[in-house]
Amino acid sequence: MRKFQSLQLDRVALRFGGFKALDDFSLTIRAGEFVSLLGPSGCGKSTALNCLSGLLQVSSGSIMLDDKRIDILPPERRGFGMVFQNYALFPHLSVRRNVAFGLEMRKVPKAEVEQRVERALATVRLGNQIDKLPGQLSGGQQQRVAIARAVAIEPPLVLMDEPLSNLDAKLRLELRHEIKRLHHALGLTTIYVTHDQDEALSLSDRIVVMRDGRIQQQGTPETLYNAPDNLYVARFMGYRNAFAVRMDGPCALVGEGIGAMRFDGLDLPAGGAAQSLAFRPDDVKLAASGIAAEVAQVEYCGQLWLVDLRTADGTHVTMETHERVTMGQRVQFHVAPERIRLFADAFVPEAG
Amino acid sequence: MNGAVAGRDLRVLLLAPAVLAVLLLFIYPFAYGVLLSLKPPEGGWAANYARFFAEPRLYQTIGTTLLISLPVTVFNLLIALPMAYLLRVPSTRQRLIAAALVVPMTLGTVLVAQGMLTYLSPNGWFNRSLLDMGLISQPLQLLHGPLAVILSLVITGFPFAFLMLLSYVTGIDPSLGRAAATLGASPAAQFRRVYLPLLVPGLVTTFCLVFVQAFAVFPSAVLLGSPAGSTRVISLAAYEAAYEDFNYSMASSIALIMGAVQLAVVLLALAIRRAAYRGPASGGKG
Repeated sequence: MRKFQSLQLDRVALRFGGFKALDDFSLTIRAGEFVSLLGPSGCGKSTALNCLSGLLQVSSGSIMLDDKRIDILPPERRGFGMVFQNYALFPHLSVRRNVAFGLEMRKVPKAEVEQRVERALATVRLGNQIDKLPGQLSGGQQQRVAIARAVAIEPPLVLMDEPLSNLDAKLRLELRHEIKRLHHALGLTTIYVTHDQDEALSLSDRIVVMRDGRIQQQGTPETLYNAPDNLYVARFMGYRNAFAVRMDGPCALVGEGIGAMRFDGLDLPAGGAAQSLAFRPDDVKLAASGIAAEVAQVEYCGQLWLVDLRTADGTHVTMETHERVTMGQRVQFHVAPERIRLFADAFVPEAG
Repeated sequence: MNGAVAGRDLRVLLLAPAVLAVLLLFIYPFAYGVLLSLKPPEGGWAANYARFFAEPRLYQTIGTTLLISLPVTVFNLLIALPMAYLLRVPSTRQRLIAAALVVPMTLGTVLVAQGMLTYLSPNGWFNRSLLDMGLISQPLQLLHGPLAVILSLVITGFPFAFLMLLSYVTGIDPSLGRAAATLGASPAAQFRRVYLPLLVPGLVTTFCLVFVQAFAVFPSAVLLGSPAGSTRVISLAAYEAAYEDFNYSMASSIALIMGAVQLAVVLLALAIRRAAYRGPASGGKG
């Protein structure tokens, strides 16, 4: 690995005409970190990654690797390993030649190339597939070759652009595990783009949530999971129950009239005025006394039930529970005040 | 609903018009031509072929035609390839150039030859412009030689080669070039190591089609070349046999020899294609 201390993006922006694909993007990545860029499609996460790789030219701002400015270099002179969503293996080259590609470009001596290729393929447990063409491998194996190809050049930084999105659920989990293992075993510094919060949470040292080309919040997975800064981040972190809220003194009201849900003892957001409120389905607990609701739908998910509750005024609340409930059953539920987050941003119904 | 009656699939009959057309329009004339070529007015069945390869005026047409068509084909490919590569990203510019290039293809060889006759003649615009600018003191003799024929074949053949190669180049997954770039490949190395190997099958196919078109050159060889001398191509020899000597048997033999030469070149090209990678040009799931 080429040693470095930190990578700094300073107010990086990318404009396409009047459209700001990336705006005021500042981020410092220390060597050895695993950082995820998380957001829905179109939020600028892949744009940020491509600005780092050099496949896109930044419009303004700078990217520094220690004290070397790299945003002015073409991709082939930055030397970052990149893993693509669609693998992007060279279909006409064997697995061996694919992994050797970057080393040959660097004019590494032949004997060393062979040695490093075999080592890289052994690391991703594909040592026995070395002379096959990519087309003869499964999707998961192809992506492992792509990872081997990216790490074989021992890059200071490995960039991964939704590497698991094309794989089925089981393989995705396996390869996720593999990526984490490789990150530690090889001492990589990884920047990982994803729209899947589970991937981001399980892999990252730090998560950067993005929206409309801007950073919404960054922090450790625990911070984002337990203390999202705003409703947008909260929704990405699994706060499926989100509502517009009206404050009545210290008490938060969701809904109108006698059917309204009341929540007491909540922490107000910085700045005071709260406009929205959110809590997670697993924080909704059945209780002897609490908010009355009817079970509208039950989905069995193996170890738990995903329950759609409807309160007196017709508001839907999603609950994850280990207790068995049946459709139409009348229940009461409770959410611990410390598990409820109030946000200053206005409630907007979720698109889609 | 199905067309099966008494265990027989009558839908096969739908093939009949196509089979009939192939039989009447291709197989029959071809077989007729082969038989005709074997029945010369005088001499044994092989007399036409023996005569063709005995008379320099006849057998030399093969060389003349190859000397015009092969360089033209290679030249067309060599200029079409970098253009197609540089224009591989869809853009307004790409669409405009592609549309502009369709025009010479639709004009046909005769119209192009007519235009060139006026434009390149001693009194044409081209020579007049050079004379007026003082770059030359005598009009250049551009017409009635292989150069003019080659030029006309470039005008009609290049757009064809470009459009074909463009579709092959754009069929290559662009993330392959990006992957190569992140691995340290300069744009030249991306082309040489990734695009070129994946383009070999497309290049060979394009070569075959452009070559066959150029090899059958006739109108421009007559109009722009010197049909009695340096551009006496093989199709001209067949034409003379048929419509000046009224020896249809000889004309058939020449046409068949022409076909055999084309076939030989095409088979040679396809042999090269066999050695290249021919799978899909994408880097995995897309």
